[in-house]
Amino acid sequence: MAGTSNPTQIDGQLFEFLLRQGDNVLVLGHRTSEWCGVAPALEEDIALTNTALDLIGQTQLWLGYAGEVEGKGRSANDLAFLRDVYDFRNVLMLEVPNEDFGRTLMRQFLFDAFQVPWLTALCASSNQNVADIAAKSVKEAIYHLDRSTETVIALGDGTEESNARMQSALDYLWPYVGELFGEDDVDKAMHEAGVAPMPATLRGDWETTVNSTLSQACLTLPDSKFAHSGGRTGFRHTEHLGHMLATMQTLQRSYPGAAW
Amino acid sequence: MYAQMVKSEATKDDPAKLAAFQVRIDAGEKIEPKDWMPEGYRKTLIRQVGQHAHSEIVGQLPEGNWITRAPTLERKANLLAKVQDEAGHGLYLYCAAETLGVSRDEMTEMLLDGRMKYSSIFNYPTLTWADMGAVGWLVDGAAIMNQVPLQRTSYGPYARAMVRVCKEESFHQRQGFHIMMAMVNGNAEQKRMAQDALNRTWYPALMMFGPSDKDSVHSSQSMAWKIKINTNDELRQKFVDETVPQAEYLGLTIPDEGLTWNEETGHYDYTEPDWNEFFDVISGNGPCNVDRLSARQKAWDDGAWLRDAMTAHAAKKATRNLAAE
Ligand SMILES: [Fe+2]
Ligand SMILES: [Fe+2]
Repeated sequence: MAGTSNPTQIDGQLFEFLLRQGDNVLVLGHRTSEWCGVAPALEEDIALTNTALDLIGQTQLWLGYAGEVEGKGRSANDLAFLRDVYDFRNVLMLEVPNEDFGRTLMRQFLFDAFQVPWLTALCASSNQNVADIAAKSVKEAIYHLDRSTETVIALGDGTEESNARMQSALDYLWPYVGELFGEDDVDKAMHEAGVAPMPATLRGDWETTVNSTLSQACLTLPDSKFAHSGGRTGFRHTEHLGHMLATMQTLQRSYPGAAW
Repeated sequence: MYAQMVKSEATKDDPAKLAAFQVRIDAGEKIEPKDWMPEGYRKTLIRQVGQHAHSEIVGQLPEGNWITRAPTLERKANLLAKVQDEAGHGLYLYCAAETLGVSRDEMTEMLLDGRMKYSSIFNYPTLTWADMGAVGWLVDGAAIMNQVPLQRTSYGPYARAMVRVCKEESFHQRQGFHIMMAMVNGNAEQKRMAQDALNRTWYPALMMFGPSDKDSVHSSQSMAWKIKINTNDELRQKFVDETVPQAEYLGLTIPDEGLTWNEETGHYDYTEPDWNEFFDVISGNGPCNVDRLSARQKAWDDGAWLRDAMTAHAAKKATRNLAAE
């Protein structure tokens, strides 16, 4: 961040940027963990739990560093368990309910297809901490993408019913994907400081992955270009996030200051 | 235990073959899937290993109940990893049972229609976070008591599955004990949760070893075949003897006024669990039996389309590969 004239402002924006990274994996990790013990097959149960574990590990890194940058002594746990809805910075797509296993896997795929090029780019960040976290996370993301790609293809190709379920999952999620590529002041500041590329520059890569997978999965890309927003800025989350937080934060909220 | 009240099956095999089989068992040889074995041995094992596998899977539910409410990121990751290990145990055990000629899907159907059972312990609810401590400490603790000797069981695939399982179970027990430590070192509410969890879990944990030896009619053949290694009461006593000092260390009170050290026997005397309650639970009337089975039924039904799709996709892929050759 050398050369910036206003370090407080850039730290504030870096904090926002780190919350976006951390909250994405926190919220998706939580949704994924909801399947543990009740997935459609033991192998899927175990595999999806691995994904959840990776995402929680990544959360600890991103939010841990966010707390340091903020400089108010908040830990990763404080940030995860003691913020309310409007302070969360994840994209909306990750907070909507799992619905069935098909939607869960479709969402995972759409996100993984973004995370792999995104984290790859962050490995070259001017901020060494960001680069280190990205380097650790990208290995996991590549593995997640391999798995979710394979599953989306299998389920799209499988039976008439599974194809219909995957198509409806894609149709449902599609209006939420645009938010991954948002560009606002935080993105611009990160780009100027060499911390991260503009997310929009990854859209081409993402589309290549998505188009090729969905065509192998016999699924049709929706026409609509409409994109919901409000998650990564915190301006307007879906109604679902509050319920997730009510569950997730219950012990920390009910017994303030207790150590577990 | 995870396999409670497994009835030994009668066997109608050729006496000479049976005698030769018993010689192998007595010599400590492992029986492998392709070896000759008495029909009763096979059937008893299917029932026992199947029941053990189902216990691992149904056992995911009471702890799964707290995954989304775990109080910190570390605790959530630990609990997830633990419940995932149990799924892994289920998988090894189903594989061991499959070597006896019954498929995982068949066993699942037998669980769902009530022909096969799972351990009574998983029919009790987990009500506070302290239950995650009590379950790890006491339930995994009791499981270890039974499973360590089963590493020497006569059926090779079962014994080998137990070796892998036991390593993870002792880790689970330590993790549970650490949760309890944090609770007893915490505030008054946390201490109350810890004591309450122990109060509710103690007797159901003792029931895990199955009825008292005097009422346990199924043991002798299984012991001769080395499918069962110790008697129920031996294991229960060992569990009590090891657990009492741990509870003292935690500053918690075991809910048994009759619990006293017996100088003469060198063991603790303790009050037997209410066996009427035990028989109620295993016959379907435990606090969570209906919910547990309907959760498994729902997962099975909801997953049907996915399992069908995976099979259909694999078949299409095979056809396409064949066509490409
Ligand atoms: Fe286990
Ligand atoms: Fe365990």
